[in-house]
Amino acid sequence: MAQAAAHDHHDEHHDEHHEHLNFFQRWVMSTNHKDIGTLYLVFSLLMFFIGGSFAMVIRAELFKPGMQLVQPYFFNEMTTMHALVMIFGAVMPAFVGLGNWMIPMMVGAPDMALPRMNNLSFWILPFAFTLLLSTLFLPGGGPAGGWTMYPPLSLQSASLAYVVFAVHLMGISSIMGAINIIATILNMRAPGMDLLKMPVFVWSWLITAFLLIAVMPVLAGAVTMLLTDKYFSTHFFDAAGGGDPVLFQHVFWFFGHPEVYIMILPAFGIISEIIPTFSRKPIFGYKAMVFAIASIAFLSFIVWAHHMFAVGLPLGAEIFFMYATMLIAVPTGVKVFNWVATMWGGSMTFETPMLFAVAFVILFTIGGFSGLMLALVPADFQYHDTYFVVAHFHYVLVTGAIFAIIAATYYWIPKWTGNMYSEFWGKMHFWNSVIWVNVLFFPQHFLGLAGMPRRIPDYNVAFANFNMISSIGGFLFGASQLIFLGVVIHCVWFSKKKATDRVWEGARGLEWTLSSPPPHHSFTVAPVIHDEELAHGHVED
Amino acid sequence: MTSGGIGRYGSRPKGFRHVVGALGVLALGLFGGTVQANPEPGQLNLTPGVTTYSHVPYVLNNVALGVCVVIGILVFGAMFIAMFRFRKSRGAVAEKWSHNTTVEIIWTVIPIIILITLAWLATDGLRQFSDTTGAQMTVKVTGYQWKWRYDYVDYEGKAISNVGFMSKLDDQSNATRQLNSGLDPYAVKVDGYNTYLLNVDHPLVVPINTKIRFVITADDVIHSWFVPALGWKMDAIPGVVNATWTNITEPGIYRGQCAELCGQDHGFMPIVVKAVSKEDFAKWLADQQKPVAPAVPAPASTAAAPAQAAATTAQVAPAHGTQG
Repeated sequence: MAQAAAHDHHDEHHDEHHEHLNFFQRWVMSTNHKDIGTLYLVFSLLMFFIGGSFAMVIRAELFKPGMQLVQPYFFNEMTTMHALVMIFGAVMPAFVGLGNWMIPMMVGAPDMALPRMNNLSFWILPFAFTLLLSTLFLPGGGPAGGWTMYPPLSLQSASLAYVVFAVHLMGISSIMGAINIIATILNMRAPGMDLLKMPVFVWSWLITAFLLIAVMPVLAGAVTMLLTDKYFSTHFFDAAGGGDPVLFQHVFWFFGHPEVYIMILPAFGIISEIIPTFSRKPIFGYKAMVFAIASIAFLSFIVWAHHMFAVGLPLGAEIFFMYATMLIAVPTGVKVFNWVATMWGGSMTFETPMLFAVAFVILFTIGGFSGLMLALVPADFQYHDTYFVVAHFHYVLVTGAIFAIIAATYYWIPKWTGNMYSEFWGKMHFWNSVIWVNVLFFPQHFLGLAGMPRRIPDYNVAFANFNMISSIGGFLFGASQLIFLGVVIHCVWFSKKKATDRVWEGARGLEWTLSSPPPHHSFTVAPVIHDEELAHGHVED
Repeated sequence: MTSGGIGRYGSRPKGFRHVVGALGVLALGLFGGTVQANPEPGQLNLTPGVTTYSHVPYVLNNVALGVCVVIGILVFGAMFIAMFRFRKSRGAVAEKWSHNTTVEIIWTVIPIIILITLAWLATDGLRQFSDTTGAQMTVKVTGYQWKWRYDYVDYEGKAISNVGFMSKLDDQSNATRQLNSGLDPYAVKVDGYNTYLLNVDHPLVVPINTKIRFVITADDVIHSWFVPALGWKMDAIPGVVNATWTNITEPGIYRGQCAELCGQDHGFMPIVVKAVSKEDFAKWLADQQKPVAPAVPAPASTAAAPAQAAATTAQVAPAHGTQG
């Protein structure tokens, strides 16, 4: 202990210490929250493009009726891997990366509470995804039974064991990341950073981390039962042996629905930071915002069977899960209304992060509307497993989660790098993204309503027009993300325009009191907190 | 018309079928919704369906969509007004307030009232859906990778013992859908209607104005039996028997597809329901029940009414094209 203390002391006086480290020591052996945050973000960007390339294969095959490019089985591998890579590889690590970078700086902590575990939880991920992606090159091919891995279909896959172990690794990584975030938020806040003065982003991550700890073990259990069903002659999901295929769906969605909110609650937090900054006005109803996130998190545990309305649930179950699901619209509505009320009476400017945040509010709400429609059981008997569902969850995940991640990147990258990104190219990226993502996903509502099932590689010519429009939107949305890559590379290495410490005129919070870029070790001495410096320093509401 | 046509039986103005131009297609989708039962190019909304129940999801969908559109206009409208009025470039100075208990209560309570209304509608529909009692006919549906099996269990109180058959993708669609087949999906037509991937060798033949109980299961993996015109889908799960019902009010041919991912040919196991008058159904059923000549080695073709693929199928029963 004495040695460790001495070492810390040493670091304080040699902030440039890390520059003596070689590349391997700095990045692979890192225990620094900023470096690990960067690793997470770079990893998730890589996965975003890999998962996106799978989506391009899907949209290319669906460009017109008839099979032109790939065999149906490979198409199924693409839909399965697209989902697994995007969910576990792109969206979740991106939020963990943002949390790693920003939470210590937002609460006035010197680092994450458990820095070595932080390193481990990141470095598990490349192994998990190498394992997962390698299945595409193995005999028998990758998983093709959908990311939901429903048995008995998933048990027919030759690569099940690879997928199960990859999911185990991702789960271990997520749980360790969540423990770290909870420990940091609860133990490492600077004096004066009361829980109800924390930024909403920190609140959203605190709640998300509890969801992760609660449900990732459930997923691990579900996939382990798949493994033993396939290789060790158990019959958890085999009716002939006394099991039940529907049991898997219950267990999976008990994980799966909170998982959906794991991917959106931190996004709510991000948007709740960005809108006040560019409206130059405090967030409307801070406590209501925090309480809404907590309510949504609670409700997420009692709505899982709305993914399973068509499996033949008893009437009472259908009614319960329908009502519980509809109830989520109330706290979600409160959040949307509060964002609008934050903008009302503000003094707004529309830099790229704000543009993405505004698009988030509108397009996520559209995804919420279709979610409400899907909650109505008799209507869901039509919508279920059609492209209407595909449109719904892409509105909440692409224009929801991913737009929020992009907004966060534009919002904080000047702080991270000390350089301003190119506002022109940021706006080019925004307008291209927001137009093409709607061309991509909006027509899918119509396809679903007309009865086109999801996960099919080919379709009747009645579905041809909207599929072609959707594919064109898909290609251009995909290409637009190359602009994002260019903007990030330019900002990190080539931008000549230096960022100020405050970066944005309306920015409030401890992270903006640090230099841009912040020192490698920030807040080594707890800051003295002036409430007026905080975004939510004087909370009465 | 033969049994292969995609359209409903003559009840639709012919002009609808040849609408050209984007506006026409849009109009068809929006306002033609009252006549279509099978997917149409440019279709924008659910089908109202053809059964005593199928209006329930259709109406619920329209009401919910209307509610969402109104809320959307109000919220996004307020947002755009805010974005226009409270711009820094217009000299707007930020206000200091950050909460207002009254409006927060209002926008919590109003959504709850709207939700209760929607829940009441949905619950009433669900109650109708879940009532499978009083059926005059029972059909067992079994999902296989990648075809369906239909077994007729009873009709008007009498058990049926030997009527059952497999139903799989028609040969023309199947040849066309092979990778780089060089065949044109647009050329897969029956009576001028494109039936690519939506046609089968043996459709399920059922009588109209009859409450039909379906018992649905599967033999290998999970499938889902989905015909939009009937207003619902139901998963077919191995080891589980799900029950549901329909009562079709108009004769016609109604097409659907497997809706649950079931392996490589998930996209190629369509469903075709041919609804005929009770008299025609009685005739058809009697034909099916005639003992099969022992010399004919065709186990699965105790044969339904043949589709246009009949030429390739060993037929036992006479064709019923006249019903179409």
